[in-house]
Amino acid sequence: MTQNISSQDTSNPPKQRKAVALISGGLDSLLAAKVVQEQGVHVEGINFYTGFCVEGHTHAIRKKDKDKQKRNNSLWVAEQLGIKLHIIDISEEYKDIVLNPKHGYGANLNPCLDCKIFMVNQAQAWAWAEENDFDFIITGEVIGQRPKSQRKETMPIIARESGADDRLLRPLCAKNLIPTLPEREGWVNREELYGFSGRSRKPQFELAKKFGFEDFAQPAGGCCFLTDANYSKKLADLWDARGERRYELDDIMLLKVGRHIRPKKNFKLIVSREEGENNFLRGYKKQFTSIHTVSHGGPLTLLDGEFDKEDIKLAAQIAARYSGGKNAEQVTVQVENYKGTSYVMDIPPMPADDVKQEWHV
Amino acid sequence: MSQQTLDCRNLLCPMPVIRTQNALKELSEGELLEVTCTDPGTLSDIPTWCRINEHEVISTKEIGHEIIFVIKK
Repeated sequence: MTQNISSQDTSNPPKQRKAVALISGGLDSLLAAKVVQEQGVHVEGINFYTGFCVEGHTHAIRKKDKDKQKRNNSLWVAEQLGIKLHIIDISEEYKDIVLNPKHGYGANLNPCLDCKIFMVNQAQAWAWAEENDFDFIITGEVIGQRPKSQRKETMPIIARESGADDRLLRPLCAKNLIPTLPEREGWVNREELYGFSGRSRKPQFELAKKFGFEDFAQPAGGCCFLTDANYSKKLADLWDARGERRYELDDIMLLKVGRHIRPKKNFKLIVSREEGENNFLRGYKKQFTSIHTVSHGGPLTLLDGEFDKEDIKLAAQIAARYSGGKNAEQVTVQVENYKGTSYVMDIPPMPADDVKQEWHV
Repeated sequence: MSQQTLDCRNLLCPMPVIRTQNALKELSEGELLEVTCTDPGTLSDIPTWCRINEHEVISTKEIGHEIIFVIKK
């Protein structure tokens, strides 16, 4: 791989430089990529799938959202910019970031600083690869924007620990930072970059207006479920119940779906809330014991953990509580194990007051 | 013309897009890929991904809960 970082020969037209932009689907990364693109740099996008991405999943599952436009915001951003987007599945490698963050967690189970370092590291591994041969990396980071990862003192940590060093450019706050290689070499004009800082979004909104971007996504908690307190609580509950901190991709998918009710430490119920979730949970019947009501309409329930016959009976009573037969004396339920073997039983639905508040995860 | 198939049933976005992207990498220009999905989000995501990465969606069929795309690299 050749990385010509010396000054260009003035007798030849300057080589068009290539930058890869981390695209989350949010406004900041959209603007950062646009600012550099405007300077004549060839930009392509890279987006990482961690398994915790808010994009897509819940919209896809829940039927009530059916009428909403189901767009993937990172794809939408790429289309707005007219750039290619490379989506990389890092969900397996990402487990180590979630389980053992060197720099710790934010307010919930969000390892934001480790996450950013990891993503920039993955982006540079991709960008410097011979078949891609990019010159630098762009992120939409703004000093002071996020309490855990986007602070003045974290910016050099991310650059250093990711290995991207001074080939990491933050166009939205570059003027507040030491000039990077793309600026020093004149691949981009530092004067046309920005010096945003702080939590205010006003400068970004103004820049979006200048570029004519409308209808961009503004997720309240960012683009990751780990910043969500309720989601983090469910993940912590899973680790606590299992007695060890580990997860599979299916576990973290299922944490996004249904009511999670843990009447005993050894197992929990995942009760669908509507038809879309029912359809989604049906796809897991070959991995979990499931309960559904046959005498009345009702949700599909999966049992996660280890349980005996008495536990199944308890679970069936709870599941019946959420069925159309909640006020009936008896409800008939079908219990099916992951091998497809099933049996039916008649049980009284659990009275509402007996479903303890603390069971709800 | 040869046509490869890819099963993305029960996968949620963006996984069908990632699998499609990775499968297309293995194909030569002009070859076709048939992708079967169940996530309704793919109806928007796969054509968008194809547009921005300059691949052509030849056809989109919905049969029951399944969505079948044929994509030309």
